[in-house]
Amino acid sequence: MRVPESTNDAGPVPRVKSGTNSPDGPATKNGSGKPGLPKRSHGVESLKSTMVKVVLLGLVDAFAVFVMITLFLSESWTILVIAAVVTLLINWIYLRKGGLPAKYLAPGVFFLVVFQVFVVLYSGYIAFTNYGDGHNSTKADAISAIQITAQKRVPDSPSFKTSVLKQNDELFLLFTNPDGTVTMGSSTRPLSTVTDATLDGTGKAVSVPGYDTLNFAQIVANQNDILSISVPVSEDAAQGSLRTADGSTAYAFKPSMVFDKATDTFTDVETGTTFTDNGEGAFASADGERLATGWKINVGFDNFVRAFTDPNLRAPLLNVIAWTFMFAIASVILTFGLGLFLAITFNRDDLRGKKIYRVLMILPYAFPAFLSGLVWSGILNPQFGWLNQTLLGGAEIGWLTDPILAKISVLVVNLWLGFPYMFLVCTGALQSLPAELDEAARMDGAGAWRVFRSIKLPLLLVSIAPLLIASFAFNFNNFNVIYMLTGGGPRFEDTTRDIGSTDILITLVYKVAFGQGTGRDYGLASALAIVIFIIVATVSAVSFKQTKALEEVNR
Amino acid sequence: MKLPNTSATPVSRRVFAVGALSAVGALALSACGGDTKPTTSASPTTSDLAAGGATTITMWVDAERSPALKDIAAKFKADTGIEVKLVIKDFAAVRDDFITQVPTGKGPDLIVGPHDWVGKFVQNGVIAPVELGDKTSAFSKTSIKAMTFNGSTYGVPYSVENIALLRNTDLLPAAVTTFDEVIAAGKGVVDSGKAQYAFLVGLDPKQGDPYHLYPLQTSMGSAVFGLDADGGYDPKQLILGEPAGVEFAKKLVEWGDTGSKVLNSNITGDIAKEEFKNGKSPYFLTGPWNVPDLQKAGIKVAVDPLPTAGDKPAQPFVGVNGFFISAKSANALATTEFVTNYLTTEAAQDSMFTAGGRPPALTASFEKASSDPIVAAFGKIGDNGVPMPAIPEMDAVWNDWGATELDMIKGKGDPATDWPKMAETIKSKIGA
Repeated sequence: MRVPESTNDAGPVPRVKSGTNSPDGPATKNGSGKPGLPKRSHGVESLKSTMVKVVLLGLVDAFAVFVMITLFLSESWTILVIAAVVTLLINWIYLRKGGLPAKYLAPGVFFLVVFQVFVVLYSGYIAFTNYGDGHNSTKADAISAIQITAQKRVPDSPSFKTSVLKQNDELFLLFTNPDGTVTMGSSTRPLSTVTDATLDGTGKAVSVPGYDTLNFAQIVANQNDILSISVPVSEDAAQGSLRTADGSTAYAFKPSMVFDKATDTFTDVETGTTFTDNGEGAFASADGERLATGWKINVGFDNFVRAFTDPNLRAPLLNVIAWTFMFAIASVILTFGLGLFLAITFNRDDLRGKKIYRVLMILPYAFPAFLSGLVWSGILNPQFGWLNQTLLGGAEIGWLTDPILAKISVLVVNLWLGFPYMFLVCTGALQSLPAELDEAARMDGAGAWRVFRSIKLPLLLVSIAPLLIASFAFNFNNFNVIYMLTGGGPRFEDTTRDIGSTDILITLVYKVAFGQGTGRDYGLASALAIVIFIIVATVSAVSFKQTKALEEVNR
Repeated sequence: MKLPNTSATPVSRRVFAVGALSAVGALALSACGGDTKPTTSASPTTSDLAAGGATTITMWVDAERSPALKDIAAKFKADTGIEVKLVIKDFAAVRDDFITQVPTGKGPDLIVGPHDWVGKFVQNGVIAPVELGDKTSAFSKTSIKAMTFNGSTYGVPYSVENIALLRNTDLLPAAVTTFDEVIAAGKGVVDSGKAQYAFLVGLDPKQGDPYHLYPLQTSMGSAVFGLDADGGYDPKQLILGEPAGVEFAKKLVEWGDTGSKVLNSNITGDIAKEEFKNGKSPYFLTGPWNVPDLQKAGIKVAVDPLPTAGDKPAQPFVGVNGFFISAKSANALATTEFVTNYLTTEAAQDSMFTAGGRPPALTASFEKASSDPIVAAFGKIGDNGVPMPAIPEMDAVWNDWGATELDMIKGKGDPATDWPKMAETIKSKIGA
């Protein structure tokens, strides 16, 4: 399955190239050309193909340069270096002579790395951190956020109309007190009274001789300097210091929490409690109280350990893993069974109206799965749902609220969604089986069932087994059906987490990652995702090995 | 309120980067324009605007609200030369995007959203407080209270919304005050054969709906969290499981499947709306968002005060929408100017109301809007309401709360044991 796909994925560059060589008839064979695949020598490339190559490569390079400028400006040095190396590599691959396989493989490999390898590695990295709510960024960000939050306006303090002045490249704030007196100060110069200020119509002091008054544009241009000006109201720290957030009004602010860089601690001004780095990505006091904003740290294998030891997660997790397997296996068997049965039925030569039936069969396949989930959720409503209302004469059966019925409902809906695919595949495979086989078997006296069991099914399985494995992997992570139909419910009784009987691993991961309860926890979710990856990869690897054996038997 | 020692470091680095970008742009432009002085120095000329990277404020907004902000953004641009770039984002994902993108420096300067995001934003250190000063008193008290978290105001409110009891005046011409009377009046209509349901509220057969049932709960004296000294919700005081809550749970059983069947968990919000639209019930407990559709369907709707189930006032959760400033905004001053001096104006709040139909938070604008009796009635009920808790711990409450209410309505549990057990479970989650 995968191999042909990834080579088909080879991207626009090689396709155009291969298109250019066909009209000119058979090309001169050289070392790089494969037999049967006409390929001209690179030494005598036509002008046209060179032009195409140069233009396409130019486009790629232009895009790369754009990306690199953006990366440079956002100071993402590592990615910048990687991008530069990749760009150079691409140019080298396509500009040099020879090396045809690399030219075909490069785009596929590139996209594989970007969309698969990178994602896997990044999830791997996240799995070893505590990234999630409250641990969102770096320690410096957390400290700055706590400091911002800790700035409180001094209770009952007035607001001051403010102008921004400048003298010799130093910025000052000019305050008009509510009683009309005018004062000014800066970070370095304490508050002092000004007597010669000019007032505007509203009574706001706007200028002082010897100083330039900044207009709004200039204020905005110097905003970071202005925002950092803090003028102590008096010697008494309790009165706070004057700050402005918009350049036109100032208030007295006083931090409720002070950070000491030397000791790396926050101290609560009122209670005197000290909060120190607790090693878990947060500031905590001696008695365990934590400041809300923390930061991301590496936690080693903690997330994996937690997944299997947290009492609220362990028991449901085992249940969920078991149900995930059941769901995936049952879905494959059911959809394949029904699909195959219908395929055989509709494959009979004497059946009329085959085309119409086949179109009808494909319909569920055409609906988006998440939409079907929602629609079915309505159909299965105990009281108003069509199933209970119309088919069962008003019986109030809780299809989605009883643990066992919910599991059955999920499987049935998934069967409804999944059998058309199997039907299609099986129809195709059946039609490719040589009719003589059937005839020969019948001549030998085999009945229809015997022919199916001993001849058709084994032959079918050779071509379909890989698809069944793929279908298993797909259903193992079939998020839409579960989430839209039951939301994972009904809930388990033995856990405080929002996990229920129809949750499969991927919905569990989603709930953990996007905080349906106690907040998002990307670290734990990534760890669980990696567990899923390992399970699916193992199952697939083993099954593919088995399939190979199947092929050999039939050979 | 940036502090010089730490916060200045990342900001100034980014400012440098943006400055460099503008310098590159300026260089490119100067090639044709002839001005060969791209400078990042702080000399007070208008070119400083570009050098400081301050020509644009980016705001994340949903498609519905964006048109209402265009005018005020244009006015700001005309006054100050600063453009407010409205980036339309999907409402369902915008909160999480904001939390993940602000730390990378790629987030917006400003975001629009409901107030109950504040706790999570503060926990993740992505928003900065806003000091409204004297303007505070121009807003409805509930809206300011909603925006206040840990004693600081974090956003500028623009709309307040809450639920009320809608009544089909064709079926029932007069309003009543208690829930028992509502049930009795509704039953009367059902018995007369004119309706099918005595009372409708949107529940969910899978998770219940504590939000809509909350006024009934508060009127029996039960709330979710207690208040701290500042009047904010205190996560350490989960009072949901107290005896008043158990009384409410008993009532749920009484109204549920095994009792009078007034509450039916199979009726989802969509079904309830549909049935009320078809005139099948005299009462529908819902929010203002459903009113236009109902009126369009020809139902004559009256907005009644929320009925009381106990002897306390029925207080709904109030949701307040507002504007929040990113903690890492590279344009903090310009953004603050826009938020505190432009978005707080009557014109801005009026236009937000005209576009979205949500009752304005600014008292002056609300008074204008309340020429519409529906808006006035919802607003009056909102004055009596309590802000939805914005503390991050609230996230942990909903699921268990809804599930337990659902069990009660279905008659599947014992209020006296299950309700306190639910409270214990929630406590263990939030570590209270």
